[in-house]
Amino acid sequence: MTDLIRAFAEAFDLISRLDAKLIEIVALSLAVSLTAVAIATILGLPLGALFAVGRFRGRQMVIVLLNALMGLPPVVVGLLVYLLLSRAGPLGALGILFTPTAMIIAQAILITPIIAALSRQTIEDAWHEYEEQLRSLGAQRLTASVTLLWDTRFSLVTIILAGFGRAAAEVGAVIIVGGNIDGVTRVMTTAIALETSKGDLPLALGLGIILVGLVVALNAGASVIKEAALRRYG
Amino acid sequence: MLPLELKDVCFAVNGRNIIDCVSVQIGAGPRTIILGANGAGKSVLMRLCHGLLQPTAGEIKWRGGNGNRRSRQAMVFQRPVMLRRSALANVVYGLKLAGFAAGECDLRARDVLEAVGLERQADRPARILSGGEQQRLALARAWALGPEVLFLDEPTANLDPGAARDVESIIAAIHATGTKIIMTTHNLGQARRLGDEILFLSQGRLVERAPVERFFRAPAAAEAAAFIKDELPWQ
Repeated sequence: MTDLIRAFAEAFDLISRLDAKLIEIVALSLAVSLTAVAIATILGLPLGALFAVGRFRGRQMVIVLLNALMGLPPVVVGLLVYLLLSRAGPLGALGILFTPTAMIIAQAILITPIIAALSRQTIEDAWHEYEEQLRSLGAQRLTASVTLLWDTRFSLVTIILAGFGRAAAEVGAVIIVGGNIDGVTRVMTTAIALETSKGDLPLALGLGIILVGLVVALNAGASVIKEAALRRYG
Repeated sequence: MLPLELKDVCFAVNGRNIIDCVSVQIGAGPRTIILGANGAGKSVLMRLCHGLLQPTAGEIKWRGGNGNRRSRQAMVFQRPVMLRRSALANVVYGLKLAGFAAGECDLRARDVLEAVGLERQADRPARILSGGEQQRLALARAWALGPEVLFLDEPTANLDPGAARDVESIIAAIHATGTKIIMTTHNLGQARRLGDEILFLSQGRLVERAPVERFFRAPAAAEAAAFIKDELPWQ
């Protein structure tokens, strides 16, 4: 029990004096996960709109597959990206294994299906409501998709944040393709795993507190924005 | 683009005819009311005419010039669908899709909002307007396009009497500017107030077509007589 209390005390001390090492790890985590979310959003939202509004053969199967991909285990994604980027792999010549770029690629692969699948559901629900009206006004499917993306924007923000939460919290993919190299590819989750096994509980705990706080703060912010927007715009 | 001609039009779902072999020609001028009980096929017939549904048999043709250009016809639904943007932007959205020049859209939209009495709500988000205001906005969005034909699917079914009256007077004003009105309703009072001729549907079939006055005085079809009697039991 005293160990736990001491660990917490030291963790808060590290946070309160903005320990340089701690800051470096948090900053890299944010940089990697935010970039991955940006890429996944750019790819995922149009895909979601396409599967929501598009009518093509095999659509139902694609949607089932997409929903299944939401549950991709991070370690499997890590392994696949590792095989692609390793020296003998097809993209080995790029030499980006064990760099933040590799971690961004792995996380983007992990969360693009999440953003695409969840936005597909949201946009399709809106399409059921809007379809006749938009067709009556002469909107083609492409125009309709853009309109729906804009009209569901507040729900989509929540989805994007869910993607960010997933990226920031996963450890399996980044540890495999990043390698957890001190000062280069060490992020919050990989550092927590390492420091815990080394017995440096205060640093691990401090990072854990920041990680949880960050995810809670982001989601609280998103829900406040969404509530306010829905009150304002209906 | 009028007259609109339907020739042996059927619309079947799972082998059951929702619309059963309807042939009719609808010309410019008189306000046409499609009347019938719930489930008679009124809304489906209207969606077929507007092109939102394709008939499973028969054909629908616009016989006049100008083809069946989308922008020459508009439709207002029972439950208005408003986009998450201002009232003005909702009207402008329709105008842009219809190909109006960007500079013209704003002016035209403000004019029509004034005509339906929503000029003060122009910049408010459309979705937080009241039900009656939303339906007036839907009418404005359709009216702004300057359609030759306006389809209305039970436009007052969800409204209280005051809001329904507002909507009815806007429909009268749109008709007065030369737009052909084709409207479904199951409200006999409204059919009398707003209609010039009645198309009476029963179980997907067109059983009677008559001028309003004659229809209510002496309906020819037994189904029509029964419908009027059920709706006005005190007569």
